[in-house]
Amino acid sequence: MFTSKTVGLSLAITFATFVYAAESPNLGTLASAAEIAAYDLTVMPDGTGLPVGSGSVAQGVRLYTEQCLACHGTEGEGGLNDRLAGGHGSLATPAPVKTIGSFWPYATTLFDYIRRAMPYTEPGSLSSDEIYSLTAYLLYINGVVDDEAVMDARVLPEVVMPNGDNFVWAYEP
Amino acid sequence: MSDHDSTVTQEHSGGKLRARITEPVELLPAAGNGLLGRRSFIKAGLGAAGGIGLMQAVPASAARPGHMRSPGPGMSEYGSPAPAEANVKRIGIGSQRGTTGSGASRSPLEHLHGIVTPSGLHFERHHAGVPEIDPASHNILIHGLVKRPLLFSMDALARYPTVSRLQFLECSGNSGTLLAAEPPQLSCGELHGLVSGSEWGGVPLAVLLDEAGVLPSARWLVAEGADAAVMSRSVPLAKAMDDALVALYQNGERLRPENGYPARLFLPGWEGNMSVKWLRRIYVTAQPAMTKDETSKYSDLQPDGSSLLFTFPMAVKSVITSPSPGLAMQGPGLYQISGIAWSGSGRIRRVDVSADGGKSWVQAALDDLVLPKSLTRFTSAWRWDGSPGVLLSRAVDETGAVQPTRESLMSNRAAGAFYHYNAIQAWRVGEAGEVNNVYV
Repeated sequence: MFTSKTVGLSLAITFATFVYAAESPNLGTLASAAEIAAYDLTVMPDGTGLPVGSGSVAQGVRLYTEQCLACHGTEGEGGLNDRLAGGHGSLATPAPVKTIGSFWPYATTLFDYIRRAMPYTEPGSLSSDEIYSLTAYLLYINGVVDDEAVMDARVLPEVVMPNGDNFVWAYEP
Repeated sequence: MSDHDSTVTQEHSGGKLRARITEPVELLPAAGNGLLGRRSFIKAGLGAAGGIGLMQAVPASAARPGHMRSPGPGMSEYGSPAPAEANVKRIGIGSQRGTTGSGASRSPLEHLHGIVTPSGLHFERHHAGVPEIDPASHNILIHGLVKRPLLFSMDALARYPTVSRLQFLECSGNSGTLLAAEPPQLSCGELHGLVSGSEWGGVPLAVLLDEAGVLPSARWLVAEGADAAVMSRSVPLAKAMDDALVALYQNGERLRPENGYPARLFLPGWEGNMSVKWLRRIYVTAQPAMTKDETSKYSDLQPDGSSLLFTFPMAVKSVITSPSPGLAMQGPGLYQISGIAWSGSGRIRRVDVSADGGKSWVQAALDDLVLPKSLTRFTSAWRWDGSPGVLLSRAVDETGAVQPTRESLMSNRAAGAFYHYNAIQAWRVGEAGEVNNVYV
């Protein structure tokens, strides 16, 4: 006859079998929510991963001049490094110009990339508000949003990029 | 050229050098402009002309040169190449303007043999330099659509069962300079050296994912590196469960820093950018993250202005590494044509070689190790009569895919399409023995 104690034990064994892969070293340690948050830098196209905060085009102008202009030129015209604006309608011509506005399919990629890698000499130095501001400014100089735009976790995933429908998946999972 | 003397052996006997000459075998032409039958070079051994030259008397000092008259240096803790090989180093090193660590270096393919690239000569592609990582404080996080998010220390990973495979890694931008209207006059490695071969060892990623317990809705993962660019790419879960490695070892030792120390993702046969170095995080997801690299960089513009995302496998490809630009012919005679072939879809089935610009072909011999998604060495014997010729190699993989001509590859290519160039390479050999890059 089962006592409540033996039922509890058998449940625990069932649970352990379910959770751990059999015949595997199982040397990973369970990551806490705080540890995951400290690692996680990914922003998904649906906005998953975007932090709280916001930033405007006007704030972005100032930041761009300080943080980006030296490499990417006035209003994203390019310089030491990639051109960021213009090139609209050029993709099917003999001289395609790939920029954020002419080419990038998702606006969320801007936040993801700036946060992880920019500015080149001091990545990780910008606040979430600053990254939202730069994102707003870069969308503005590409004619994607107007000069009143404010970006945050709700608005950014809804931004439709001009070339967004022009990508075909060569691999379907 | 010493490569081409490799079948000559010499013996010291009674104060005189004599050459050991293999039983003569007739070398029969098999294709135009002097290409000889498959394996005929090995069977024939030393050609008659070489033998005669080596029968000459030699100066007495050759019998006992200086290095045979006193003991040499002793043991060393970590060996280095011979001083005379100091010219064999990474080439084509360039970084984006205003940066030092955002660029690439290339393997000197024309100086390498076999199918393994020495770790110190493996090509590099970095986005923000090489991070210095303390393995004792480095972890890999697996989280997202899993039952249990897990952190793996490097010590923990070292206790897992490992597998080892000889496989190539190729940047999908390799050979992209050949899109230029005029053929760039660069060496084989400068043109094609964003491919290298290694014995990669590590833990199958599937083992770690199984321990974390992947949820049924998962289709992708996002792999992320611990460099200053925190480089990240989306990878199909199916690839991760198939043959992906968390690589810890390269050619028998721990990864070199520039190849991802202490751990990197290795995705056999797929474009190199996805094999994320300095791996710190695997984020299991239902959809791709659409990172900067996979959308704005490693996508393929089409002539109609649309673009292909996720063109992962590297296509079948080959290149003759010798002769090649910078390795001039040393007069008429017998030569070994040598090169590498590879395919991201499996084994190399055959390689054909032409010495007359593609009018006629002969099947090259493949060295013994013909492994899936690996560099494969091919050779062919060539009796060069001193007249101009154009050398080509054309690889076929086990799926039947054939390496295309440049004309075919360029015929339906958008002006801005840069990646996945796998066309047949042509080397023109001139009367003076010089070798140049040409388009045919």
